Amino acid sequence: MTTAADQARTAREEPFTGPLLDVKDLHVEFKTREGVAKAVNGVNYTVSAGETLAVLGESGSGKSVTAQAIMGILDMPPASIPQGEILFRGRDMLKMSKDERRRIRGQKIAMIFQDALSSLNPVLPVGYQLGEMYRKHRGDNRKDAKAKAVELMDRVRIPAAKERVNDYPHQFSGGMRQRIMIAMALALEPDLIIADEPTTALDVTVQAQVMDLLAELQAEYHMGLILITHDLGVVADVADKIAVMYAGRIVETAPVHELYARPAHPYTRGLLDSIPRLDQKGQELFAIKGLPPNLLRIPPGCAFNPRCPRAQDVCRQKVPPLEQVTADDGTPLPGRRSACFFWKETLRDG
Amino acid sequence: MTANGATPLGATTPEEVAFAQDVPRGEPILEVRDLLKHFPLTKGVLFKKQVGAVKAVDGVSFDLMQGETLGIVGESGCGKSTLAKVLMNLEPATAGSVKYKGEEISRLSGAALKAVRRNIQMVFQDPYTSLNPRMTVGDIIGEPFEIHPEVAPKGDRRKAVQDLLDVVGLNPEYINRYPHQFSGGQRQRIGIARGLALKPEVIICDEPVSALDVSVQAQVINLLEKLQGEFNLSYMFIAHDLSIVRHISDRVGVMYLGRMVEIGSDLEIYEHATHPYTQALLSAVPVPDPAAREHRDRIVLTGDVPSPANPPSGCRFRTRCWKAQEKCAREDPALTVRDWLEGRARHDSACHFAGERDNLI
Repeated sequence: MTTAADQARTAREEPFTGPLLDVKDLHVEFKTREGVAKAVNGVNYTVSAGETLAVLGESGSGKSVTAQAIMGILDMPPASIPQGEILFRGRDMLKMSKDERRRIRGQKIAMIFQDALSSLNPVLPVGYQLGEMYRKHRGDNRKDAKAKAVELMDRVRIPAAKERVNDYPHQFSGGMRQRIMIAMALALEPDLIIADEPTTALDVTVQAQVMDLLAELQAEYHMGLILITHDLGVVADVADKIAVMYAGRIVETAPVHELYARPAHPYTRGLLDSIPRLDQKGQELFAIKGLPPNLLRIPPGCAFNPRCPRAQDVCRQKVPPLEQVTADDGTPLPGRRSACFFWKETLRDG
Repeated sequence: MTANGATPLGATTPEEVAFAQDVPRGEPILEVRDLLKHFPLTKGVLFKKQVGAVKAVDGVSFDLMQGETLGIVGESGCGKSTLAKVLMNLEPATAGSVKYKGEEISRLSGAALKAVRRNIQMVFQDPYTSLNPRMTVGDIIGEPFEIHPEVAPKGDRRKAVQDLLDVVGLNPEYINRYPHQFSGGQRQRIGIARGLALKPEVIICDEPVSALDVSVQAQVINLLEKLQGEFNLSYMFIAHDLSIVRHISDRVGVMYLGRMVEIGSDLEIYEHATHPYTQALLSAVPVPDPAAREHRDRIVLTGDVPSPANPPSGCRFRTRCWKAQEKCAREDPALTVRDWLEGRARHDSACHFAGERDNLI
């Protein structure tokens, strides 16, 4: 299985050496009746083949909107992308024709959604829906497509795949449905998978199975993976590097171990501190004060300043750029960036 | 943690303090014995014939002590929310007994039932759907007073509602606003204020923070703990987030497929779990510490939870259990302390082969 996949892969590998996906200064806005909601305000990140980037953020942080912009599934209008580039293998997808985009979507970049039940068509058998990938994108006939669907279901370890290929989504459990979603994303062996809260709707014991499967398949196919989540635990388990988002901006990026050990942004620090710890039993939990901002009225300066324990006047006036984080002796720490004027202090105290 | 937050008398070393905390305090305020809730499955239109039953709660027994927090954990479909509904008397129990301060709830009616209901209140999971969008916050929090006017006479209601808003950390001037004008965390505070309105003794919290953002969850947990100390409340805290349950609970019960499989103090359950399901659950929880990736012994269960309409014979967990033997299919394990266990492992566990396991968290 591995060798076949590898061969297929090398056969269509183009000579491109940069990162698989490079998002540059992406902005997304939504026109609403109350005004323009700025959901994404200048996001930059890169994902290479075989790498897992976790995008961590609360609801309204813009993590899913960024993903939808990459996939090209935003409803425009009301959404619009006033600025930015999304480079896939060095080519800006925002400048591509509709047809070209459509060929990339599904074949090169696939997405796994949170709620498998509402992402699958309830009136069609799952085998038909899986086979659709091959019929539409590869022009296979029904019989071949179904055979490939069975193969896919086997690969994501759905027991008795052959017997269940004609079952409908409601006949599967939540974990099995999410496996079908993963199978569908994998069908055309994409280079990049975007998983938007893939396990949030699942129970913990099933969550572990599904995450393990996803990580294993990613390694097997050497895919890039963008994992969008709000769960610090899930991130710690699987990610290589993390981008923390707040109010449409990336506030910190770091390799996973370093982010948990020494965060360089007060928001990340606050998130980590608000997880109940064993030695805190019976004490008050640390809580970030206040609420996430309304995207129609993002506070001037650093969006986190009204909730930040370190906020000074400068934080209310200027937007902090995402700067390289360095060690005490000034050597840059690889992959570490922070959008806080006081990252040095945050790093030191953490 | 004691009700007033003080160190138990005579306990000085951390170890002693910890052990003193293991012992539940106070009198039982709720006594639940062999509680059953079966939902009938019927066939036919005119002549409905019962063809089976969904055994949502199938023989659950426990005590809730005065002033304590009992955490209930389990996956979806294990019956934890149905249990809450039966305790609230929103659903009649199929069999078994629920005693509130020694009085059998199911046998009460009229004024006596109303009085008991006043004393057991509930905070719901989803603050977006559990508040009527067409009612003002004042009406939502004040509605319980319509049913129990003895708590706050008509003239005092507005004042009582404003006091409640203040208690849960909302501006009392917001009394005329509607739910949509509040964020999720604030809405959950409104739900808590409504739960507190009748000055209950027991509050059943059904996943009170799972719909909230991480940074807001801690605020609500802190509020619940503060209120417990202030009003000497007993909580039954139902949740699937094990770290939050551990933080807030004095004792924890683990449910699987309608049964309580293990119950004990937070230390006994989290550090000395003896039931394989509890161990699997603990080991599956994603831990926010990347360093734990290497040294954790992760148990990944195979398969899904069986249907509660047709649970496996004997031990219900045996279909997914790595310890399962022939005895497990034959004999239903009782929730009891096994002879061979020692120290903190000596707590109620429903497994024929109960035993500790290392490196789960």
